[in-house]
Amino acid sequence: HQVFRIVPKDDAQLALVRVLEDILDLELDFWRWVTPVDVRVPSHSLQVVKSYLENHRIKYFTMIKDLQALLDEEQRQMKSVASAGNSDSFDYTNYHTLSEIYSFQDMLVAENPKLVSKMVIGQSYEGRLLNVLKFSTGGSNRPAIWIDTGIHAREWVSPASGIVFAKKIVTEYGTDSALTEILNKMDIFLEMVVNPDGYHFTHTDNRMWRKNRKQNRDSRCVGVDLNRNWNAGFGGHGSSNNPCSEIYRGTRAHSEPEVKSIVNFVKSHGNIKAFISIHSYSQMLLFPYGYTKKPAKDQDELDQVAQKAITDLASLYGTSYRYGSIITTIYQSSGGSIDWTYNQGIKYSYTFELRDTGHFGFILPANQIVPTANETWLALKVIMDHTFKNPY
Amino acid sequence: MGLRRAIVLVALMEVTWSLNVTTVGPKTVSTDASAHPEPAEENTEQKEAATAEEDVMATGELNPNHYPAQRAAKVVQHYLNTRYGSPYKLFGLKQVHSGNAEEVADSGRKYQLEISVHEIISNTQEKCSAEVFFPSGAKQLSPQVQVSACEEILKLDAKSEDEALYQQYKTNKTVRTEERLPDSHGHIDPEMTPFWHLSIVASSFIMLKESTENTLYNVAQVANITQLATENEQLKFDCHVLLHDMVSQEIPQWKLLFTWSPAEGVKVLHTEQLPHIHEREKQAKPN
Repeated sequence: HQVFRIVPKDDAQLALVRVLEDILDLELDFWRWVTPVDVRVPSHSLQVVKSYLENHRIKYFTMIKDLQALLDEEQRQMKSVASAGNSDSFDYTNYHTLSEIYSFQDMLVAENPKLVSKMVIGQSYEGRLLNVLKFSTGGSNRPAIWIDTGIHAREWVSPASGIVFAKKIVTEYGTDSALTEILNKMDIFLEMVVNPDGYHFTHTDNRMWRKNRKQNRDSRCVGVDLNRNWNAGFGGHGSSNNPCSEIYRGTRAHSEPEVKSIVNFVKSHGNIKAFISIHSYSQMLLFPYGYTKKPAKDQDELDQVAQKAITDLASLYGTSYRYGSIITTIYQSSGGSIDWTYNQGIKYSYTFELRDTGHFGFILPANQIVPTANETWLALKVIMDHTFKNPY
Repeated sequence: MGLRRAIVLVALMEVTWSLNVTTVGPKTVSTDASAHPEPAEENTEQKEAATAEEDVMATGELNPNHYPAQRAAKVVQHYLNTRYGSPYKLFGLKQVHSGNAEEVADSGRKYQLEISVHEIISNTQEKCSAEVFFPSGAKQLSPQVQVSACEEILKLDAKSEDEALYQQYKTNKTVRTEERLPDSHGHIDPEMTPFWHLSIVASSFIMLKESTENTLYNVAQVANITQLATENEQLKFDCHVLLHDMVSQEIPQWKLLFTWSPAEGVKVLHTEQLPHIHEREKQAKPN
């Protein structure tokens, strides 16, 4: 259904519009009769009404192109305010606050105690807990896959997708044969909000915040770019030594607690076989390196897996991704997480840049969260499956 | 010069050379006792590798999926929006099919591109050929763009919708909003959507002018838009926009004064860049 706003220029035109009201078959629903005239037009009457108005040279324009979508959106917004009691009534189609995400984590653990547990790997600069969900069917220190979302605060679709991934894991274990096989032999670790201080700040103060909330010494500027703080090419081109820069690298590699916690976790675990970091936007699947043009020694394999992954991703909605090394595909960047993990020996190290390509950018409409997460999940499964089938 | 002086000079140069090698970048040795000390040596190598690979701009046939062709193609998008954009007609870059870059004497670099352009509102696509010239030199001049072979998409008719909007806001209504477009959740009131599009078109003049081979601009958000009195049959607007440069990851903020009518398109009267958000943030929170 569309809503037209009709602008009759005189009484004669207004009379012509009134004629429409009497044609019951059109099922028009006039919302207001004071000029301009607003009328809801069901889809079966659209063509007739348009032709009629145009033939009589009566000015009009489409005020609401899709009424149903508006109503759905309103429902969505109302739903998000009401808090969910369980992960089935949780609203995956909306963005959530940090506390809602942390509540979701606890709900998921409570509902799936045999499969999911929560670990705290450290604390953020402002003292928030850094939670990691562990999905495991048993064993001891099994080879594992790491997925992280929310390292850059403003990239909201990233943690929003992380929530969907978590739900997918618990839903598909036992029903999806590929995922079940993987989880029977490997563990999955998921850190949903790598940068909780920054994420909180995007809700309270500045939607465009990127970095963490570190008070930099001797500077009026706050924050370190957590994806320039890793010890891989640290300090090189593609990061800044200026605390006011969005890509400020910090005082030294691993200076930031949010990064250090993951470094400690990865090193002490010692058996992580894939490390995947989720960002937005640009629609890309990237592999090392970012800090140097020297190709990764596994470049060919990483390239092939990436190609399969984005092909599967596109199969759902036709969303097209580019893929390649960071430095050739997007830009030179030093101190990035997957360069560090790759150099630690974690071969399947990938970064995703989710939807879109700039039209909405960081502020992706909430109704795209689930489609984005669903298509990305297919790509993740390709990487996880390849990791599982190619032990090293 | 005497032999001794020569030796001293050589010695000095050697010292200077080694100083250059080791003092680039910040200290990397961890002072945290519990931490595993990061190998500083490995890091210096990595750093040197990185500095040695400074921006040597790609020339000749370009990989269409890599950033040099992509950045040049984005400039074409901004150009098309400045020339043909309207409340109901907005262009996006769909794909880069091929690209070529060459140095032009001492004046700059020229890209030749085959791209697919997307009209977002009607959701139609067309292939275009384009040429983008980035002038070199100390004074930052804006890139020059030429487009050919995509007349269909540029002629796409949004006239009745543009005209209806124009008539309505010329005399009857006035738009003014302090609400961000879109809001934090990506939502935008349908009545405001054409003005969001108009702001993107106006911003494209800035994005075009500011673009270089080392930038990739998109509009991040419109902070507010106010309609002023209609002047010479042109609707007139004042808006505040947040841009995003993918390469630096910065969010430059601009204020723009612009006019629009279906006949004349968008014309930008005045632009002003606002101070960096970090400084303003500190001023706003005095503790």
